[in-house]
Amino acid sequence: MAVRRLHPDQPASFAFTPENLAWAKARIAQYPEGKQASAVIPLLWRAQEQEGWTTEPAIRAVADTLGMAYIRVYEIATFYTMYQLSPVGKKAHFQVCGTTPCMLRGAEGIIEVCRARIHHDPHHLSADGAFSWEEVECIGACANAPVVQILKDVWEDLTPESFAKVLDGFAAGKPPAPGSQAGRTASSPVGGATTLTDAKLYDGTAVGGWQKSFADREKAAAEAAAKAAAAAPAAKS
Amino acid sequence: MLADKDRIFTNIYGFHDWRLAGARKRGLWDDTKRLIDKGHDWIINEIKASGLRGRGGAGFPTGLKWSFMPKNDSRPSYLVVNADESEPGSCKDREIMRHDPHHLVEGCLIASYAMRAHTCFIYVRGEFIREREHLEAAVKEAYDAKLIGKNNIHGWDFDLVVHHGAGAYICGEETALLESLEGKKGQPRLKPPFPANSGLYGAPTTVNNVESIAVVPTILRRGSAWFSGIGRPNNTGTKLFQISGHVNKPCVVEEAMSIPLRELLEKHAGGVRGGWDNLLAVIPGGSSMPCIAATDCQELLMDFDSMSALKSGLGTAAVIVMDKSTDIIKAFSRIAYFYKHESCGQCTPCREGVAWIWRLMERMARGEAEKSEIDLLFSVTKQVEGHTICAFGEGAVWPIQGFLRNFRPAIEQRIDERIAAEARQAAE
Ligand SMILES: Cc1cc2nc3c(=O)[nH]c(=O)nc-3n(C[C@H](O)[C@H](O)[C@H](O)COP(=O)(O)O)c2cc1C
Ligand code: SF4
Ligand code: FES
Repeated sequence: MAVRRLHPDQPASFAFTPENLAWAKARIAQYPEGKQASAVIPLLWRAQEQEGWTTEPAIRAVADTLGMAYIRVYEIATFYTMYQLSPVGKKAHFQVCGTTPCMLRGAEGIIEVCRARIHHDPHHLSADGAFSWEEVECIGACANAPVVQILKDVWEDLTPESFAKVLDGFAAGKPPAPGSQAGRTASSPVGGATTLTDAKLYDGTAVGGWQKSFADREKAAAEAAAKAAAAAPAAKS
Repeated sequence: MLADKDRIFTNIYGFHDWRLAGARKRGLWDDTKRLIDKGHDWIINEIKASGLRGRGGAGFPTGLKWSFMPKNDSRPSYLVVNADESEPGSCKDREIMRHDPHHLVEGCLIASYAMRAHTCFIYVRGEFIREREHLEAAVKEAYDAKLIGKNNIHGWDFDLVVHHGAGAYICGEETALLESLEGKKGQPRLKPPFPANSGLYGAPTTVNNVESIAVVPTILRRGSAWFSGIGRPNNTGTKLFQISGHVNKPCVVEEAMSIPLRELLEKHAGGVRGGWDNLLAVIPGGSSMPCIAATDCQELLMDFDSMSALKSGLGTAAVIVMDKSTDIIKAFSRIAYFYKHESCGQCTPCREGVAWIWRLMERMARGEAEKSEIDLLFSVTKQVEGHTICAFGEGAVWPIQGFLRNFRPAIEQRIDERIAAEARQAAE
């Protein structure tokens, strides 16, 4: 468990923008009658996207929207670690994966860059307020380790050098494209895929191709069933 | 090696169009009505006959699980798809959702129909934001094309909702996931009751992994015999393997179940860094599964039965490879830290035990522990195992037990080195 508390300095108020409020209403409608509390994680998340971090007034506003007790939403905000309970860097907040598969491929070197260039400690702003960082647990991209998530995207196959370029890119407002920084596509092996090279998979012949063998199996099953039915009374006598 | 024509996920790297048009061209949503028209029981029986075992970690037979759902119940039934993918090493559901989402959407319709559910929720981990965007887009396409929704062309009213979390590994545990989906902290429930009797909103619910559901349409089209003909008995079908750590070319790849580990690594992942003989150990199924030392890897087959014979497990088939340069104590201390960070805190043995284990592992990594503490560490893992509400407790201590089983001499050596260094310093 991680100890997580609200930040001592809180803004005075929070209100969803009209677009976000409309979005929230549609979201709530996706759950059954009376089960609107199901929408709490998505709504708090939208509030964080709007504000940059999760504030106490936002927690109250989400609770009021959903008819939930404040303490229940406070519990959610402190339980789930993607809610940032203090302000994050204006230009980027780096979530560096430090779990073993990433560690085996050099995550510690990425964390060193963060310490040297942003702040020695996680969840602190850099001197100019532009950046912050934290070490997170496995983000589900281990075949592309080590990785760093920034908002919605993941930068993969990093080295301290290529990560420094990502950092410089955010500083200049022009980050390199997310995904592999080693030039491969998604999680295919470097140098080219070892599978999925058969052109027939993609020329449309897959469509309908199964129908004949499906019909054959249906016929065989029907025959077997008829045989069994015919044998059944005989077995009885 | 599995032939391309027998691969289910034909766009796993995203080389082709992931949207509906592209998916249709690769054979998805192709006369799905014909499958639905065969009836609930036919679908369940085909999945049973295919031998499909859950791809979320525990390997429970999927068709059997579906058959536990009540047939005449006044409450609604739900399918909940577990897309929380957070087990360290695992990164396959991500590829299905962002590059082949219609496999999952079509699978959700068919599986829900088989279990007489009119609503399905997919719970995606919060970090998978782009993945969720693709999945949501695919769901919208399916609604727009009347493949799902009210009065769809398949004749089974069906709503599909993409939900998400916000960072908590424990929400992958199925009852924690249901709590989270109901808008609460993700703290596992005591079982029984099992979700099939009382799950989401107290109604009959089946929770299945993304891959378990996404393979269903292809199994039905090609037949259970096709699927069960791949791999070995009790370990059938194709599987997405995820290879990370010390290989030359880490990757995700679909292969036949029961493929030898060495072949898997050498054919697809460029082999172990520094060559096969440089292998120290593998974790075969995500961080919860005990490691296997290189000596046991020579002939190792990647399937459920061969892993359990070695007191490990196939888990999610996420293979974490460690070569001889690995600081093995540190590597496992970092795994212990993961569990310390992710315990939901409800049970005292888990909450206190995992923190204690991590602190001791850190001291061992620095050589500061005493040798007597090695046995103490093992006994603490035994006090957690079997004494908790959910299987997180086991998942947290099995890796430590496997580590002690295989690497005790490494801990002793480090302690000896520390003692020798201290003696040298004292002498100077
Ligand atoms: C601590 C813990 C974490 C888990 N995480 C996941 C997960 O991320 N994804 C998943 O599909 N199953 C996960 N599981 C397994 C689920 O509880 C459940 O068995 C699975 O989703 C069932 O799907 P299947 O039968 O299709 O494998 C986890 C279990 C435990 C105890
Ligand atoms: S075993 Fe751990 S994670 Fe599971 S319920 Fe208990 S405290 Fe929570
Ligand atoms: S360990 Fe870093 S993404 Fe999985």
